[in-house]
Amino acid sequence: MSILDTIQQTAAGVVAKLRPDAPPDRLIGRKHGSIGTSLPRIDGPRKVRGEARFAAEVPAAGLTYAALLHSTIARGRIATLDTAAAAQAPGVVLIMTHENAPRLKPPAAFMSDPRAAGASDLPVMQDATIHWNGEPVAVVLAETQEQADHAKSLIVATYEAEPARLSFAQAATRSRQPESVLGEPAIIRIGDAEAALAGAAFQVDLTFHTPRHSHAAIEPHAATVWWEGDRLVIHDATQMLHQTRWTLAGIFGITEEKIRIHSPFVGGGFGGKGLWSHQILAIAASKLAGRPVRMALSREGVFRVAGGRTTTTQRVALGANADGTLAALIHTGTVAMTTHNNCPEQFTFPARHLYAAGSFLLEQRVADMDMLANTFMRAPGESIGTFALETALDELAEAMRLDPIELRRRLEPEQDPTSGHAFSSRHMLAAFEAGAERFGWSQRNPVPRGRREGEWLIGMGVAAATYPYYRMLGGAARVTITRDGYARVATAGHEMGMGTATVQAQAGADRLGLPVEHVTFEYGDTALPAGTVAGGSSQTVSIAAAVAAASAKLIAELLTLAGNDSPLAGLSAGEVEARDGGLGHPEQADRFESYVSILTRAGREEVSAEADAPQPVETQRYSMHSYGAQFCEVRVSAVTGEVRVSRFLGSFDTGRILNPRMAASQFRGGIIMGLGLALMEETEFDERSGRIMNPSLAEYHVPVHLDVPDIEVIWTDIADPHAPLGAHGIGEIGITGVGAAVANAIHNATGRRVRDLPITLDKLL
Amino acid sequence: MLVGGLARLGLRAGPSPRDVPQNGATPPAAVPKGVDMPITINGQAVPIPVDVRTSLLDLLREQLHLSGTKKGCNQGACGACTVLVDGERILSCLALAAQYEGRSVVSIEGLTPDGELHPLQRAFINHDGYQCGYCTPGQICSAIGMADELRRGVPSAVTADLAATTMALTGDELRERMSGNLCRCGAHNGIVAAIAETFARTPAMAEAAE
Repeated sequence: MSILDTIQQTAAGVVAKLRPDAPPDRLIGRKHGSIGTSLPRIDGPRKVRGEARFAAEVPAAGLTYAALLHSTIARGRIATLDTAAAAQAPGVVLIMTHENAPRLKPPAAFMSDPRAAGASDLPVMQDATIHWNGEPVAVVLAETQEQADHAKSLIVATYEAEPARLSFAQAATRSRQPESVLGEPAIIRIGDAEAALAGAAFQVDLTFHTPRHSHAAIEPHAATVWWEGDRLVIHDATQMLHQTRWTLAGIFGITEEKIRIHSPFVGGGFGGKGLWSHQILAIAASKLAGRPVRMALSREGVFRVAGGRTTTTQRVALGANADGTLAALIHTGTVAMTTHNNCPEQFTFPARHLYAAGSFLLEQRVADMDMLANTFMRAPGESIGTFALETALDELAEAMRLDPIELRRRLEPEQDPTSGHAFSSRHMLAAFEAGAERFGWSQRNPVPRGRREGEWLIGMGVAAATYPYYRMLGGAARVTITRDGYARVATAGHEMGMGTATVQAQAGADRLGLPVEHVTFEYGDTALPAGTVAGGSSQTVSIAAAVAAASAKLIAELLTLAGNDSPLAGLSAGEVEARDGGLGHPEQADRFESYVSILTRAGREEVSAEADAPQPVETQRYSMHSYGAQFCEVRVSAVTGEVRVSRFLGSFDTGRILNPRMAASQFRGGIIMGLGLALMEETEFDERSGRIMNPSLAEYHVPVHLDVPDIEVIWTDIADPHAPLGAHGIGEIGITGVGAAVANAIHNATGRRVRDLPITLDKLL
Repeated sequence: MLVGGLARLGLRAGPSPRDVPQNGATPPAAVPKGVDMPITINGQAVPIPVDVRTSLLDLLREQLHLSGTKKGCNQGACGACTVLVDGERILSCLALAAQYEGRSVVSIEGLTPDGELHPLQRAFINHDGYQCGYCTPGQICSAIGMADELRRGVPSAVTADLAATTMALTGDELRERMSGNLCRCGAHNGIVAAIAETFARTPAMAEAAE
């Protein structure tokens, strides 16, 4: 997910042309700091004790509980809404419908403004119109959840249904080209790819289908909200704090300063914990009732109210020359979307950067449907785009009788194949080679169905992983040193399990030359300096850049405070470094003064500095991406078609690894979600009614313990000289390439190609 | 009174004041007047809720403010609400509180009497057996109940010999028996490692593993 608005891009482009490269982050070369160590999670003890308090767990006096009634048609109008019986039910405090809801402005939709967080720009409960099957039509507040749920069941709604666009195939016949795909062109043509394909020595031309997916975070979306006069307090589960605040301010017509959002713990996000209608309804209902509201969505409610990854059809056509280079790379397709959101699932992005080719045709189209707004889910586009592209590459390798890794060696580009920019840091082939060695790729029998143990057919597959480097604009940080030699680093960042709290304490410690035990990282609160979204695998470097800027400012202030009586006298901010609990000349050991000494002599309790992160000009000058190679071994039952993943290895090139323990978990987490994508996950959309038919964790299948083998992860650990800390984000790359690695392994095991996810056993019989 | 009682046990029932500001008021004492036979929760007698629809999970979370037990699906599909009743693991979302009168319930907050970490909790930290932390209490309570089932020789779907009186904590036994506890962040390897290490060390398990 990225916010790349046109103005920002243009401005950053001009700046990039005028400014020489920034020098590499000083911390990249540091060897003995906290970065690079496997510090256990700082919040671990609270999590294992059950003390980490989530949004639905915040107590409030006079709390009411909310239940939602969802529409049962996809498009049309509410004809009648009989709430009389519900209103009489025990414990009911309020029933809110479009007839009595406060007048609200529509949310500013994500991507419409860098500050916007709305999942769509549909008005929320403002009239009788129905836009999707599952749209909330009534909110019941009661003294207990049981009472609210019961009262909701007493409401009788009738509808006047209108024809709805519910067939993806039909909608695709009227598809349109979006204005842009996350700020990038929806179509890229280089040369005449169709002609080059037709004339190529080897060709594959394939169609893929991927279904809808649900984030299925174990914490259901929830918010506990109340008004204090004209001030609004929200305990939310969100990965976009300040964006939510700005958007809510617009909806409710109040200033941002009146709104405070807390979100110290988020029980899994994966792109799904944004601003949906439930928070808006909770706030509106709280206003009407004059009481605090807990809106904890039921699991079904999550499926009805919070969208997931959309469905796609994709074409990948590859034309190869006899020497194994590509004459043509075509990746086109259509995704289901709505007219009220902007999330076109950027499945062509991997093909824009991965391989050299003589010609390109990359095009994304969208098909408008009457459905809940789709949204970003872990590696939107890249996850399912690499499924298609990397399966096609495997099919091409097979047609050419080339090892799939050898084919990729022949396709390695010297610069970005579509933008022409130099790569900032690219070691994809090294990742392939290290992974192949470790996994025992040489043991693979290239002949499909060539290895069998009893009932089990065994195969191995490989695929590339890739994900862009993003650094979001708009973040700020405050750094404070206290007289006792401790520091606080503060920004409204998000901790959804990625390890933000821990790794930012580590980075802050190295930035300030302090032991990590002396650094507190404060986050999850809009009262702190503005954070950026936890999305696009961008948060780690986005925060690091803001902290670096604030630290530089702080060091300058400390030098001023130190004055002429200090061993630092005469040194400028650029000549000192933070080390050993103070500031010092990098080479002259005696030119050093500790923070304790500086603050004590100055008679100050603390010194603080706040700064905005600089523009992310690095992405305007370089092609910045992460890479990897996913290796999979499967066992497929020749009797039942059941697929078991017996071994998996991910080999990654993602810049410097900041905390190996947590990085390994992030990579594995992505891979495991990728196993779900490959083998079991599908949000079932009934094209007759527009209703999601498996809105539960019993029927939306995610990998469970027995589905998950021991997963090995390795990495190059080569710092990107153009990134803060030398690091790239690693939250999403893990899922990319997994679908294809599994599919390619299944083909190697069985001889069957499945191009329609998920690869369930019926497709292998 | 109940909240105070829990505090004496070193258990936190209220909000953590550091990061959870609230709307200026203490939560209501929240224990409704109920019928006579109590449930024992983490060593404390608790009256049965008046509203018979109240699940054991909602009694813990909403009335006792023991929010360490999590609600992931409220329909028995995710395991986040797992607690121990007389040592056996159950899904508290599928349990009406009224069913458990006279029984002894232990939630994540009551695993150890003195607020010390249980060896399995320490192992979760060392093996990074979590990310977001939401499924974690359920995984931990479930694993403790699972280990006891193994000790008692309760077979699972992957147990080869259904007549066996003890069985080894093999990787497949552990994974099968923990498959009712979903983790979406993907910390499965760390969770399994933490459980294997903890229970491989206990005498009963070591014996079973031999």
